[in-house]
Amino acid sequence: MITIKDNRCDFCAACITVCPPDCIEVRESSIKIIEEECIDCDLCVYICPIDVLEQTNEK
Amino acid sequence: MKNNYDVIVVGGGPGGSMAAWEVAKAGYSVCLLEKDRDIGYPVRCGEAIGEAALRQFVDPKDSWIASEITGTTLVAPDNTSVDIDFAKETGYILNRRIFDYDLSRYAANAGAEVYTKSYVKGLIIEDDFIKGVKLDYLGEPKEIRANIVIGADGLASRIGRAAGIRTQVRMKDMESGLQYSASNVDVPINKMIMYVGSNHAPGGYLWIFPKGNKFANIGIGIDGKASQHKSAKAYLDEFMDANFPNAAILTTMCGGVPCPTPMKSPIKNGLMLVGDAAHLINPVTGGGIAPAMKSGMISGQIASEAIKNNDYSEQFLSKYVKRVFKEFGNNHERLYRIKEVIHKLTDDELNGIAIKVKKIDPLKRSLGSVFKTAVYKKPSLILDVVRIFAGF
Repeated sequence: MITIKDNRCDFCAACITVCPPDCIEVRESSIKIIEEECIDCDLCVYICPIDVLEQTNEK
Repeated sequence: MKNNYDVIVVGGGPGGSMAAWEVAKAGYSVCLLEKDRDIGYPVRCGEAIGEAALRQFVDPKDSWIASEITGTTLVAPDNTSVDIDFAKETGYILNRRIFDYDLSRYAANAGAEVYTKSYVKGLIIEDDFIKGVKLDYLGEPKEIRANIVIGADGLASRIGRAAGIRTQVRMKDMESGLQYSASNVDVPINKMIMYVGSNHAPGGYLWIFPKGNKFANIGIGIDGKASQHKSAKAYLDEFMDANFPNAAILTTMCGGVPCPTPMKSPIKNGLMLVGDAAHLINPVTGGGIAPAMKSGMISGQIASEAIKNNDYSEQFLSKYVKRVFKEFGNNHERLYRIKEVIHKLTDDELNGIAIKVKKIDPLKRSLGSVFKTAVYKKPSLILDVVRIFAGF
């Protein structure tokens, strides 16, 4: 599961652009991951320039 | 805000304003919708553009230009630096806040209606044709109709996604980016400085774009995969601590920098995507202002033709795609091939290129000579380099 770590998100939408199932919604000042559609590929975690997203599954 | 227009443009950046301006000039009704409170703010951009690239659209105003760039310094992983003076063209670092604002005013003065705080949530689609947009205007839901919608709403285009266009960028073509607007930094005023190598910016580059008076855009774009182990912010902060410990960071902006090939089909019945939304970004530099303006302008012209012919089909709008590819899209594909090669260069190879280029007489040294040296192992790309950098 991807967790949004804290309130530092700048809503830049980099994560949306790389998300294969297109399951991230960013509005002006909110970010939401549609969990049922998430495939835990972690690409959004990698691309985030300021490390706001985190994979919290135990692997 | 009326309920009907000939054309609706979504997004008030340079691409959107050029599109709206072009439609208004042709005498058709057009409205430009910007989600934020202001046109031109917040800025998410390095703000660099070539002088000739800008002049093909407008005469630059002094207030837009933070600094004039006459050359660049490339810094290799071992800190060997190579100075290159631009022989023919100069560049600008813009004040996008003022520049974007003025472009939307040009559109408005030609007759376009401009609305801010207009957040487009979705499209009106009838019989497979896009017929307008659904939006929140000043917090109230509203629908407005048009036979043509132009999506200039940036990377991960909401309009494109609503129309069923795949807007995602492959991870390998995405850079993780961060930029500081930093004050109290002593940097040359007429020079862009770019650092490459795995220590500075793996799979990308770190830039210093001066804006005058000890002020500069200092940013970084790194390979999306590389940022798995260390974020763009960590690289940039290390650089700032080492080089500008006394800098005041007045703005922090982050974002993905896409470096893909242009979208093959950024159109649907009644819809055209322009600029970042259509992945029209120089894949080597990440520069997107001029491609956005050009595609915006072309989309406005094709929209006017479509209205004249009363034909809004994807087939008619394919004229837009053809012109975009002819005028610069094919060049972007060449640049993409070059990017693929230079991204794979090791630190040792980059250091070697710097040493080779340093041996070239400074008067003969050019960006073309750098790239020719960089792709020497792939002779098939030399022709691409020559085609692109003929004028530099």
